[in-house]
Amino acid sequence: MPETIEKIPVKLKVNGKAYASNLEPRMLLVELLREELDLTGTHVGCDTTYCGACTVLMNGAAVKSCTVFAVQADGAEILTVEGLEKDGELHPIQKAFGDSYGLQCGYCTPGLLISTYELLSHNKQPNEKEIRKAIAGNTCRCTGYQNIFKAIQLAAQNRTGA
Amino acid sequence: MYPRPFHYHRASSLKEAASILAQIGDEAKLLAGGQSLIPLMKLRFANPQHLVDLNFIPGMSYIKEESGVLRFGALTRHAEIENSAIAARFPIIHDCAAGIADMQVRNRGTIGGSIAEADPSGDWATVLLTQAAEVHCLSPKGERSVPLNQFITDAYTTVLAPDELVSEIKVKISPKGTGAAYLAFKRAAPVYPTASAAVQVAMDGDVCKEAAIALGCVGLTAIKATAAEAALRGQKLTDKCIVAAAEAARAAADPQPDMRGSVAYKRALVAALVKRAIEIAVRRARGEQVEVSHIYA
Repeated sequence: MPETIEKIPVKLKVNGKAYASNLEPRMLLVELLREELDLTGTHVGCDTTYCGACTVLMNGAAVKSCTVFAVQADGAEILTVEGLEKDGELHPIQKAFGDSYGLQCGYCTPGLLISTYELLSHNKQPNEKEIRKAIAGNTCRCTGYQNIFKAIQLAAQNRTGA
Repeated sequence: MYPRPFHYHRASSLKEAASILAQIGDEAKLLAGGQSLIPLMKLRFANPQHLVDLNFIPGMSYIKEESGVLRFGALTRHAEIENSAIAARFPIIHDCAAGIADMQVRNRGTIGGSIAEADPSGDWATVLLTQAAEVHCLSPKGERSVPLNQFITDAYTTVLAPDELVSEIKVKISPKGTGAAYLAFKRAAPVYPTASAAVQVAMDGDVCKEAAIALGCVGLTAIKATAAEAALRGQKLTDKCIVAAAEAARAAADPQPDMRGSVAYKRALVAALVKRAIEIAVRRARGEQVEVSHIYA
């Protein structure tokens, strides 16, 4: 007989909305988002801390949500791709990805949008090297990255009004 | 992918974490950044019955410079070191932090976790073997500081007792006239390096007074390449002398063949990295600003 595992009370905010539940310790943050909260914009790609499709913002820092237990997010503020849009308007980063054709199949896009969000939140005008470094943990198998790179440059420009 | 079920304990202090370890014994694992442990658990290579989460302990993340010593709280994330103004003055430390995996992993992974995990491909152990580094440990029985070269004893193996944990990493600041560099060769950002080399030299004009060379990913632990160091020590650093050190490093490497490369390939690679790292370390010892990043192929 397997012994019972005690569930852990967890409270967190996801895209500004409060959530509380008792969770099994082994539940991953990405499973909480997708299975419990129906926020399926965050994708599971490799599930081995490589591809970055599951990237979300946790207390302002981009993390791979397949490599964080949900119980570790107790008290945290999480931002997922669903939280970028405001009042039916796409976020400027999302618009830039559309305008620059910075996506193809779209599987990696939510993770790239969040990595871009973190980059631009502390670096308003990133140079080429900084952009490449910021998205080094996000794998795209369609685009060859060039238009993603341009989209991030455009997002930075739109933001600073340059 | 789900790991096997485990009991979760959230420690509110280091002492509490150590006493939980003492109660449970070796069925418990510590959870720091989790960027190595969680993937291992998901693949079920690691199946701890209990996890003790250190992330909610306040005051475990810091970088301080005090009386000639850099002190890193065990839970200091790689990203904090990467962005630290203090660490920026020690290029080998900054470059190591900035080159680990990718932004997301650096935002979670910790220096204490990297040292305590003792992964043969980890970056910190290789870099810190060239420095006078000590690992401060704590258990319910007391505290002790262990020199890094005695702390890691084998792959994934340290001198930590089952009820003992790492609380701080201390690095003695090297005197003026020293320069250091760390280079890792990687196939992509998120993966471990294929090979890496860390070098520190203390220069007096063209003559190398002291040298420390460590090789990463080419043995069960980071390897201190003592013959390569001896090839530089007391010598005027000519190209011939640097090549001799690189050749000694090639001989000291003890790599395993795997998907990243054959034994011969890794030996050749580590020799080339040592040569380049010596050249950068010498320029830095002269006061030159040299920007370094990992090499991708």
